[in-house]
Amino acid sequence: MNTIEERVKKVVVEQLGVSEDQVTMEASFVDDLGADSLDTVELVMALEEEFDAEIPDDKAENITKVKDAVNYIKATAPDA
Amino acid sequence: MANKFKTPSCIISILKKINISMNNRPRRDRRVVVTGMGAITPVGIELAESWQGMLKGKNGVSYITHFDASSFPCTFAGEVDNFVPGEYLPEKIARKMDRFMQFGLACGNQAIKDSGLEISESNAHRVGAYIGSGIGGVNTIESTTHIFKEKGAARISPFYIPMTITNMISGNLSIAHGLKGPNLSMVTACSTGTHAIGEAGRLIEYGDADVMVAGGAEAPISPTALAGFSAARALSRRNDNPEFASRPWDIGRDGFVMGEGAGVLVLEEYAHAKKRAARIYAELTGFGMSGDAYHMTRPSPGGEGASRCMDNALRNAKIDADKVQYLNAHGTSTPQGDLAETQAIKLSFGDHAKKLVISSNKSMIGHLLGAAGGVEAVMTVMSIYHQLIPPTINLVDPDPACDLDYVPGEARQHKIDVALSNSFGFGGTNGTLVFSKI
Repeated sequence: MNTIEERVKKVVVEQLGVSEDQVTMEASFVDDLGADSLDTVELVMALEEEFDAEIPDDKAENITKVKDAVNYIKATAPDA
Repeated sequence: MANKFKTPSCIISILKKINISMNNRPRRDRRVVVTGMGAITPVGIELAESWQGMLKGKNGVSYITHFDASSFPCTFAGEVDNFVPGEYLPEKIARKMDRFMQFGLACGNQAIKDSGLEISESNAHRVGAYIGSGIGGVNTIESTTHIFKEKGAARISPFYIPMTITNMISGNLSIAHGLKGPNLSMVTACSTGTHAIGEAGRLIEYGDADVMVAGGAEAPISPTALAGFSAARALSRRNDNPEFASRPWDIGRDGFVMGEGAGVLVLEEYAHAKKRAARIYAELTGFGMSGDAYHMTRPSPGGEGASRCMDNALRNAKIDADKVQYLNAHGTSTPQGDLAETQAIKLSFGDHAKKLVISSNKSMIGHLLGAAGGVEAVMTVMSIYHQLIPPTINLVDPDPACDLDYVPGEARQHKIDVALSNSFGFGGTNGTLVFSKI
């Protein structure tokens, strides 16, 4: 089974149309991966879908880098 | 002679009034020409392929593959094959557009490229976009409605609205190319493309822009749209023989065939085009409109509304009816529509109607609704530029009431100085463009 990191990476690649090697843990969705505000809304929705999770708006605001997403999911969805 | 008697001032004032009412083209000093074109149709995914396909009488109508339509009253349409959005647009951008928008943007890109126009900081504010759609993003509206019902409001994409609204072709085109002039869209059902081009031309005449990228796009082949047009009794039901279903003016015609695609022109002010030594395909010399004020879907009796529309276009162009050689008809293959258009042509052209050469692009590609006027304007301009008229296919048994020259079967070489392109839409909205050789 794929790790959380791998699954997050896959979602980011699909949603933002970037290549896998661009999606490092330190990469910022807006600054490094070319996302705009609507892209990040859609990306969070896709992550919710992938992990069957709910990410409230106030938490979603803090998810700006790939590692933020991975850490949030690890912390809130232990079964994932 | 002129001094023999003095015309009373009241007569002069009446003459002036008549002259003003006859002259509704106030800014003739700014002429509008066509310098670029794009076409995405069921017979080709770009201009040259679509034009060559039409000259050969290629048939773009077949059974629907977009979804399982086998249980519908109409099971066929003119689909665009081999259109891979990622080949024309960045994948990431294409994913955020409904199919109609992908067609419109890809076709706008083709037209701008064809025009050779370089958009720079100095001219960007004088270049605008005016591309419409009759229906908009119906495929995305349907699929999002399913998501909403299954998963709720929280799963609706933030791109749902910009993916579906009709003015986003012009919006996206302006973002992609930096077009900072007027940014507009038109929605007048099946006359959308024609009205968009006519209005865009007037913006150039009036001085709001030097260049307008104008036309229409449509991707209506979705389950609810197919069911809706079928329910309105608008579509052919020739399910055993779909390639013969679109047969304008034939006695066996039984409704139109849906089609998808886009047609876009680059309109440019004449001196602007000359200055940059652009290739000029033809001049847009006139535009006319009218309303039937009669019925939601049926044409007005005797083609009265359509005839007034053509009269308005010719008056605007200041061209006499007998100077027109070719008419790219609306010609949808509906029993009432084809008859009404024929009657309208006779009303407007009188004895000259018999000499007029008329054809229907829809016989090959079906009815592209809001894109039809765009594609047909492109093909009308190509006919003038190449002095060649694509045929009306499937016209094997002419309706005795439709007794004009519809170019059945094979393309024809013909001298064309002036050509008209007609579009008529639900709601009784009519549009006619006049193009002239230059």
